[in-house]
Amino acid sequence: MSWEVVIGLEIHAQLATKSKIFSAASTAYGAEPNTQACLVDLGYPGVLPVLNKEVVHMAAMFGLAVNATVAPRSVFARKNYFYPDLPKGYQISQYELPIVEHGELFITDADGNEKRIGITRAHLEEDAGKSIHEGLDKSSGIDLNRAGTPLLEIVSEPDIRSAKEAVAYMRKIHTIVRYLGISDGNMQEGSFRCDANVSVRPQGQEAFGTRAEIKNLNSFRFVEKAINFEIERQIDLIEDGGEVVQETRLYDADKDETRSMRSKEEANDYRYFPDPDLLPVEISEAYIEAVRKELPELPDAKQQRFVAQYDVRKDDAAILTASRPVADYFEAAVAKTGAGAQLVANWVVGDLSGALNKDGLEIGDSRVSADELAGLLTRVHDNTISGKIAKQVFEAMWAGDGSADEVIEAKGLRQITDSSAIEAAVDKVIAANPGQVAEYRSGKDKLMGFFVGQVMKETRGQANPGQVNQILKAKLDG
Amino acid sequence: MTGLHAKTLTELKAGLDGGEFSSVELTQSLLDRIAAHDDQLNALITVTGDEALAAAERADDARAAGAGGVLNGLPIIHKDIFCTRGIKTTCGSRMLDNFISPYDATIVERLAAAGAVVLGKANMDEFAMGSSNETSYFGPVRNPWDRERSPGGSSGGSAAAVAARFSPAATATDTGGSIRQPAALTGTLGIKPTYGRVSRYGMIAFASSLDQAGVITRSAEDAARLLGVMAGFDERDSTCLDVPVPDYVAELGQSIKGLKVGVVRQHFDAGLDADCGARVKEAIAVIESLGATAVEVDMPNIDYSVPTYYVVAPAECSSNLSRFDGVRFGHRAGNVEDLFDLYCRSRGEGFGDEVKRRIMTGTYVLSAGYYDAYYLKAQQVRHLIADDFKRAFEKVDVIAGPTAPTPAFRLGDKVDDPITMYLNDIYTIGANLGGFPALSVPCGFVNDLPVGLHLVGHHFAESTLLRCAHAYEQATDWLAACPEGFA
Repeated sequence: MSWEVVIGLEIHAQLATKSKIFSAASTAYGAEPNTQACLVDLGYPGVLPVLNKEVVHMAAMFGLAVNATVAPRSVFARKNYFYPDLPKGYQISQYELPIVEHGELFITDADGNEKRIGITRAHLEEDAGKSIHEGLDKSSGIDLNRAGTPLLEIVSEPDIRSAKEAVAYMRKIHTIVRYLGISDGNMQEGSFRCDANVSVRPQGQEAFGTRAEIKNLNSFRFVEKAINFEIERQIDLIEDGGEVVQETRLYDADKDETRSMRSKEEANDYRYFPDPDLLPVEISEAYIEAVRKELPELPDAKQQRFVAQYDVRKDDAAILTASRPVADYFEAAVAKTGAGAQLVANWVVGDLSGALNKDGLEIGDSRVSADELAGLLTRVHDNTISGKIAKQVFEAMWAGDGSADEVIEAKGLRQITDSSAIEAAVDKVIAANPGQVAEYRSGKDKLMGFFVGQVMKETRGQANPGQVNQILKAKLDG
Repeated sequence: MTGLHAKTLTELKAGLDGGEFSSVELTQSLLDRIAAHDDQLNALITVTGDEALAAAERADDARAAGAGGVLNGLPIIHKDIFCTRGIKTTCGSRMLDNFISPYDATIVERLAAAGAVVLGKANMDEFAMGSSNETSYFGPVRNPWDRERSPGGSSGGSAAAVAARFSPAATATDTGGSIRQPAALTGTLGIKPTYGRVSRYGMIAFASSLDQAGVITRSAEDAARLLGVMAGFDERDSTCLDVPVPDYVAELGQSIKGLKVGVVRQHFDAGLDADCGARVKEAIAVIESLGATAVEVDMPNIDYSVPTYYVVAPAECSSNLSRFDGVRFGHRAGNVEDLFDLYCRSRGEGFGDEVKRRIMTGTYVLSAGYYDAYYLKAQQVRHLIADDFKRAFEKVDVIAGPTAPTPAFRLGDKVDDPITMYLNDIYTIGANLGGFPALSVPCGFVNDLPVGLHLVGHHFAESTLLRCAHAYEQATDWLAACPEGFA
């Protein structure tokens, strides 16, 4: 039987506010345990939550960015359950009336077609603290620094049909929240993570299969692997005559498998009800319009503009616009050189990205600035150096040897464009390889590459490749 | 200095201002009085003698320097539901018997900033759940008018302390009548302001949408002075409203001529003790004689107040009290086996029966499958009840009636019958459900026990209520009556 996979994602994006969603405590990552938890975060008797208005602004930005409705009225509710990392015994979250509803975004599916993924809702909530088990004998520690950190939970429609689509969707959300500056998207620190609801059904069947929810996936790779494992597990189970049970599962990256955490029967009754300590969040039309005006150019629009304005390849435009700092870098470099946008794109997508990856750097920390890269490409463009030499110059620039011009001068890498010098080298190569010359002249055209290589070697790679070709051809054919 | 305890807050202020006595002398005399008499009443859980004398000394210094706030050097007792920094804050519960608050509630802060001297923390029903002060972990409070009787609750300690002249005033809180019913049962004046008038920050929550802080005093003018300090916007409480605070004292003197008083037909039915009803009707006649006119108003949904309240309040309390889990503060059971055992036993040992009953009720009404039938329905009825009041306030300025169905009842009488106990708040709960301000002012006696007249006003009409009570006080002398042995 052929199976169709149905996936919905719940993404938790930590909002990049300075203080917590309901208190003035700092949200900075990595502090000593419990040093960033005030009385409100600790759930002390008598304290009350006060909404950080910035989170409303951020949620509204997100809503508009995914073409959603930003609710004129949304309500915070209490989700009641006991756990040591949940100081109040309830989590404040939005339940019946979320701040964002009915959004959408577009990904590219396996066939290269644009595919719409619906966004059911996005709601604001507070994060819990965390339990610490390591290094403690017979007891567990609680760190409440994270308690009260603002989260935007983004829930997709069950429109996703493969692990790859799930990753594409998650990357798109990741790109959007970072474009908007509402989340740093740092997955190692847990600022961006997701739960995946996965089910399978026979191809053509309308009713959904029973789903399992895989909790707390914190990398794109794990999302893909966990979902693929889960799909296979469910199909195997059904094909062996079993049944999928509705449950929560955890992904074990070490073993590359998911395993059951709790079944539906064990699930809590959260006894949601509107939090009487907080007023409904009311948002006016004027507020929404003001936020709309502040929105930056979003990835899809930027990608289209790059193709239209710079005439770069679509796939390059997609990569360049996946992150706002990369797009900014590209545009800054293009503006500083006449070398042509596609050449700049090739370099940003190729050598620059490679160098950044190798050193584990973000583009903001690049050792070669957009201006410097433009300087290098200008020298390619004006034939001072060849593309091949440019790579050598770039490496030196990356190592801190100075600007393109300084490196070219210091290492004497200036391209040889003097015809007589190239002719001399060509003559030398022809004279040194009579056999190959004879073969070439008897019709073995492919040997041209050999001759070019020899001439370049003779000129330490500095001869202008176009001129080398031209002169070689004239001399050999002549 | 003797005889100071008999004075009202306003009289004491005049005495301090006139240099008749110092705040230290006043404070010492009241501390002595508490030490001498509180074993009969059990009105206080904690007496803060040293802190009080130090504060009194600072107040005297400030006065000498020509400084000091509007309550400089004047004594007050805080209900033990308000967090007081460095001082035990128990909320009447074993759960918090060991809890020293690291911070001050907003009203504690404001009263201290105005110069008030805190004598101690008043006993109360556990987590403010009760109408007789018998649910306190620290034992029941006794009514100064008859020590075999309850002073009402949950602010029974505050009311008894003021009635016994331990302090001219005490803070209190009211979720369903917890200020007004004890005031009625002890012959004191108690006011519950509009919901959102006074900050709830630092007041340990029972039912967040109903809880409101107020005061118990021996005159409307005293209440006006205190309320003026306590009321007003607080950015730490999202439900505290940013509405200007009038000069309650200045507005007291205005005449009540032309005031329209509504009398709710449903409030004089079979549930009301006939003699209490007679006192209340006499009081309304006095108010009429001062130039007000009484008209009957109909509140068709008011009978649903008690059942509505006993869904909404437990629902909120079941969630509010989840934070008492033995992990970060409060009672923690010993020798626990695991986390679940820690929760169950800490809460099992820390909470008393009435609190457990309400947590269970609240958990039930919020459960999946019951939410719509109970919680949601109760919220809808709550709106209908509030609408009854709003409709009445289109015609009248205040609604007058009995505060409680009977005078003070005997300790132990209702403790095993929660429903009868709950019905004690039948006349007061409506004001909480609608967020309306209300007060109780003494209006006579039945069998030597005080009876209270209940006045409810429209949102933010505290001034009208205080003015009406003040005019009534001028025409009667009920507030001057002192229980035997406390003169």
